[in-house]
Amino acid sequence: MSKPLKQIHLAAHFPGVNSTTVWSDPAAGSQIEFDSFVHFAQTAERAKFDFLFLAEGLRLREQGGEIYDLDVVGRPDTFTVLAALAAVTEHLGLTGTINSTFNEPYEVARQFASLDHLSGGRAAWNVVTSWDAFTGENFRRGGFLPREERYERAREFLDTAHELFDSWDGGEVLADPVSGEFLRDAGPGAFAHRGRQFDISGHFNVPRSPQGRPVVFQAGDSDEGREFAAASADAIFGRYGTLEEGRAFYADVKGRLARYGRTPDELKILPAATFVLGDTDAEARELAHEVRLKQVSGATAIKYLEHVWNRDLSGYDPDGPLPEIDPEPGENTIALGRASVRMNRDPVAVAREWRELATARGLSIRELVIETTGRQSFDGSPLTVAQAIDGLVQADAADGFILVPHLTPGGLDVFADTVVPLLQERGVFRREYDGPTLRDHLGLAAPRARALAPAHR
Amino acid sequence: MPVRPSHSPAPTRSPAPLHLAVALDGAGWHPAAWREPGADADRLFTAGYWAALVAEAEHGLLDFVTFEDSLSLQSTDPDGPDGRTDLVRGRLDAVLVAARVAPLSRHIGLVPSVVATHTEPFHVSKALATLDYVSRGRAGLRIQISERADEVRHFGRRAAGGGATELYGEAADHVEVVRRLWDSWEDDAEIRDAATGRFVDRAKLHYIDFEGRHFSVKGPSITPRPPQGLPPVSALAADAAVYPFLARATDIGYVTARDADEARAAVAALPRTPHVFGELTVFLDEKPEAAERRLQRLDAAHGAAYTSDARVFAGTPELLADLLLEWREAGLTGFRLRPGVLAHDLPAITRGLVPELQRRGAFRQAYEASSLRGLLGLARPANRYAPGPDAPASPTAPAAA
Ligand SMILES: Cc1cc2nc3c(=O)[nH]c(=O)nc-3n(C[C@H](O)[C@H](O)[C@H](O)COP(=O)(O)O)c2cc1C
Repeated sequence: MSKPLKQIHLAAHFPGVNSTTVWSDPAAGSQIEFDSFVHFAQTAERAKFDFLFLAEGLRLREQGGEIYDLDVVGRPDTFTVLAALAAVTEHLGLTGTINSTFNEPYEVARQFASLDHLSGGRAAWNVVTSWDAFTGENFRRGGFLPREERYERAREFLDTAHELFDSWDGGEVLADPVSGEFLRDAGPGAFAHRGRQFDISGHFNVPRSPQGRPVVFQAGDSDEGREFAAASADAIFGRYGTLEEGRAFYADVKGRLARYGRTPDELKILPAATFVLGDTDAEARELAHEVRLKQVSGATAIKYLEHVWNRDLSGYDPDGPLPEIDPEPGENTIALGRASVRMNRDPVAVAREWRELATARGLSIRELVIETTGRQSFDGSPLTVAQAIDGLVQADAADGFILVPHLTPGGLDVFADTVVPLLQERGVFRREYDGPTLRDHLGLAAPRARALAPAHR
Repeated sequence: MPVRPSHSPAPTRSPAPLHLAVALDGAGWHPAAWREPGADADRLFTAGYWAALVAEAEHGLLDFVTFEDSLSLQSTDPDGPDGRTDLVRGRLDAVLVAARVAPLSRHIGLVPSVVATHTEPFHVSKALATLDYVSRGRAGLRIQISERADEVRHFGRRAAGGGATELYGEAADHVEVVRRLWDSWEDDAEIRDAATGRFVDRAKLHYIDFEGRHFSVKGPSITPRPPQGLPPVSALAADAAVYPFLARATDIGYVTARDADEARAAVAALPRTPHVFGELTVFLDEKPEAAERRLQRLDAAHGAAYTSDARVFAGTPELLADLLLEWREAGLTGFRLRPGVLAHDLPAITRGLVPELQRRGAFRQAYEASSLRGLLGLARPANRYAPGPDAPASPTAPAAA
């Protein structure tokens, strides 16, 4: 008997501050007005997506000492916009990226527990670990956290948040006017956490939320990041959407779960991907090329190269060859405020590789950047795209995808109207939501008690 | 200063209409409110509960509602939980509640409470800016400090103590940072200039470079300037020692005057605060005795007489209207009313007090503005970082003080 078909999970990343968004398109709308979020969220819900996803960056990016002005700049506060979206959607999960370095557990746990209550059990938290002093300049605590400590703090932050979520078991609120008992027992929410990062105790003041705990996502890619995810996350927002890379990442991370007493389906792997649809594959490919040219202007290409070279390359012609000079060694100081997802490799090696690639293929700077920054993109007719997505999921390269359209806010519309019905016909994507909560959509069980978390007492 | 005789004839020019706000908290401000019929106390942690209250307040054309909050479990003990099981305990984050109801309302201002002494002004600034976006210009902020020892332990990163003066100083810095961040984007910073490939004009984004005793913040905000420019900031002063903070940091100060003379003194002490509101807890019924009896019944259920930092009014909407108009003569521009029992006293405000004030020409007949600043008669402020229309053309010209 053949293996039953895996069900695909789909989510929608609101496009914003990144180099995917094409803001110059006549169809590009506001990335800040609430109407844009409503349109985007309601389209995702109409398409029966699992959740909407928001990224985060807590300081405006700078490059060469100036605020970066070529991409979309400006985004709303994550919690506030997700709470408002809970009012205009009924089923859609609401995933917010919230940093564990520039926040405090009591406050963040309260905000997520509140969001879970106010959305009827649809909240999720993507825990990110940006730690840099540059971002820290916007916060009271400053940028004190050494890079090595980012996962220590993240782990302890998440453990502490779980202790707070679990400090109410759900049976405390009686609200019985006859007996006069609002609470069953005195002093619910008691917690005490002593660790290297946090030494806090008292009483959490939000009763247990519909999901018990919000769903937890992780997004880092290092070995520590993967281990953190295997120990504590319900899902990973990943980078690898192609067949080989995806399968390798999937196998690696799922293989780590047993160590924590978990089964492979307790952690969903959802890489980011974009898409360009056309009536035919040829038309889609042509459109995709136009989109890439809009995403990577000459100026953008030079700026991108500067991330790796860590020096001013403004004198170079984007339509000319790559610089002969080597990257500036040491800590990257030219590009600040970007989540360092591709910076952990030796820049000199990267530069050498790129020069070789450019020489071999005769690529200009801009063409090279278009080539190397392309992330997973599903380009084709709706049928081609549906087959590609399904193929990758059935081949265990992913459990689904977090889609980032290149247009705000209408970029999801065609996908919802054309690709989703094809996936439904193939029997690999829901036609209706099974339950009210995000855990229901993701097929995750109710959270187990605190037992798994390492004790920090 | 000319003193108005207390029995002056009715003024020929009718004074400005009153502003009315309602303070939402739990099931109401009386500790036994949650036990009253219709209190819906088992729904306090649902969105529907708050949406219904806000809809009722909007039905009454109120200027705004406030949402109480704190970073600890409610308690009668100032240092930690009191162990009581007969009172409402637990609450949701006020900013999130306000955001959750924003798309379901259209006119009313939404003013969550924020504790300035444990939060990051950077986060608060963008949260309130976003509340202003999702409500299309109806966000306000109520700032409070916390002196509670248990809240200090919940955060674990600062020493307890400091005293109110010190904490209000920190809160004033917090508000200053929040407002500078709101201004850190000029209104037209987003240019989408396809010709040069620039999305923003970085000359219109500003570092705020705040350096204070308690923290320093660089800026700019990650969120563009909110629709109102600067959403109104408010705070409560339960005693006159807090007036300097109100004067420094707020657009609306709530004062707990007990009578018209105290109201007059508060107004005199806050000459530059755009709005000074009286703060009252109210129990309203069609007959004064009914209101008194209801308050007694609530007190009996609770086992103690209700006390408050603010004046407690039990009577009819007509008598309350008399009182509010008398206090308006003292210079108050509006009131924040704390309904004793939300299920009963909020509709008594919207369906009893409001029509009574309207009959006397003292309250609006319809919403006249689409933003909270508009309802409060506050102009949209210029951006402190933007060159004004009369800005000197040359950077060497002397700057105005
Ligand atoms: C796919 C992906 C998305 C990420 N999104 C964000 C984000 O929105 N905000 C942020 O501050 N960091 C983001 N990060 C950064 C990570 O949280 C982390 O700081 C970074 O990857 C460095 O950790 P690592 O060495 O484990 O990869 C993202 C990382 C990845 C891989």
